[in-house]
Amino acid sequence: MSDLDPLLHSRCEWLRGEGEASDIVMSSRMRLARNIAGFLFTHHLAKDESEELIDLAESAVKKAALFKEGFFFEQKDLSSLDKQFLLERHLISHEHASAKQDMAVCLSRDEVASVMILEEDHLRIQVLQSGFNLRGAWELIDRLDSELAGHMAYAYHPTLGFLTACPTNVGTGLRASCMLHLPALVMTKQINKVLQALQKLNLAARGMYGEGTQPSGNFFQFSNQMTLGVNEAEIIESLERVIRQIIQNEKEAREILQTKKKDKLEDQIWRALGALKAARFISSRETTTHLSLVRLGVDLGVIQGLSAAKLNELFIMIQPSHLQKCSNRALSSTDRDYERAAFLRRELKSVELL
Amino acid sequence: MLCNVCGKSEASIHLTEIVNSQMLELHLCETCAQEKSGDLKTQFSFNELLNDLNSMIGLQKKEESRCRGCGLTYEEFAKSGRLGCPECYEDFSKPLTSLIKRVQKGIQHTGKKPGNTPTQIRFHIDLKDLQERLRKSIQMEEFEEAARIRDQIKQLETQIKKGPGGKSDV
Ligand SMILES: [Zn+2]
Ligand SMILES: [Zn+2]
Repeated sequence: MSDLDPLLHSRCEWLRGEGEASDIVMSSRMRLARNIAGFLFTHHLAKDESEELIDLAESAVKKAALFKEGFFFEQKDLSSLDKQFLLERHLISHEHASAKQDMAVCLSRDEVASVMILEEDHLRIQVLQSGFNLRGAWELIDRLDSELAGHMAYAYHPTLGFLTACPTNVGTGLRASCMLHLPALVMTKQINKVLQALQKLNLAARGMYGEGTQPSGNFFQFSNQMTLGVNEAEIIESLERVIRQIIQNEKEAREILQTKKKDKLEDQIWRALGALKAARFISSRETTTHLSLVRLGVDLGVIQGLSAAKLNELFIMIQPSHLQKCSNRALSSTDRDYERAAFLRRELKSVELL
Repeated sequence: MLCNVCGKSEASIHLTEIVNSQMLELHLCETCAQEKSGDLKTQFSFNELLNDLNSMIGLQKKEESRCRGCGLTYEEFAKSGRLGCPECYEDFSKPLTSLIKRVQKGIQHTGKKPGNTPTQIRFHIDLKDLQERLRKSIQMEEFEEAARIRDQIKQLETQIKKGPGGKSDV
């Protein structure tokens, strides 16, 4: 049992599967890197300075409107399973989850906003929104950031902007990203063209769980790479423009699959659902692959009686730490595959194979 | 299926990776996967660039200077890719500027300044873009799409009217 239990039974607000283009764009995210003036960067802090900084940041974050009734956890409150769990929910980063030294994290009750304290930078402020909504995410994070700036002084340089531990984040400190589900571009083998075009535009492509992760389930995260010499509006607008184009490409690819390869496509979709409804042991990789096809089937109206919100939730719930938190015990890899299959059969019981 | 690396053992681990903007599928046996897991850590392109730059600038040991704020040397930064404190930006300003020029769009911050009021950022997009797409979709008789775009235009117009800093119900 831990303090994270309320999260287990709540649905992430940003996964509700609504908003513009939410059939293709699962979520939009903003992240700001900030450091507090008068302290060395995170990895150079002494123990007592880390504690002082956490106290300072905590009291500032707790005053922010978004964190009313929020959660606040420190290293000592979190098991490694808890941290994995927060990572699977996209609330903290890999780096933060694997931190050995002091760290803390604040979450808004609806999980839309989080502040990682003592990540690579002192603060990594994050806002998640459902669907294609970069501007909504920006408005929230901008207000939150300004509120926090009222309670502490940020490290800021008149020409270089906000100073960060890595020069790849200096300036605005802003990383804007969207998570896209692109099964048709992958199936029609056009995805590499898209990825190449992105590189020319200085955008980064990553897997579902960000930096250093592999794409799975046809999910891709696209984000800006440059943070200095461009302002926030320019970053957001150029990312928006590219994402709109990719949405269009994915739609066209779906159209082609539906007209030219309808029977084969439906065969794949129904088999995927069949596997999920029938399996007795299933890995998270296999599950994600099948769920991706099922999601496409729902988007195209082939499969009825399954909502986008439910599907989005399944992608998260079948992850290893979620399964273990739900069953309240540590599970071996084989046990997890067994529990995962049982969970999926229960959850998909009412969805009919036609 | 046999392992892509050794070609001998049965592949039990299947990875998809983005390498040089190509999506690759890799099928590995347990042993080769273990060896490979080291390279999956990213940041390598940035670190490679750092190494490049270091040899380019020809950083010499005798010139090794330390940041007055945190005691870090530039060489240590080049290894880790992480600076030690805000002052590093001043004390290593020369080599950092040439690095920043290569990884960033410019060397002058043009965005939000710290302060406790939200920014007055203005979005310029692109009513024209949208109107063009609306025209096209009507032409192509994609009426669902057209309806969606019309909603977007409406949304954007109200956003523009409300102006920045306006309350929005997200
Ligand atoms: Zn091998
Ligand atoms: Zn320093």
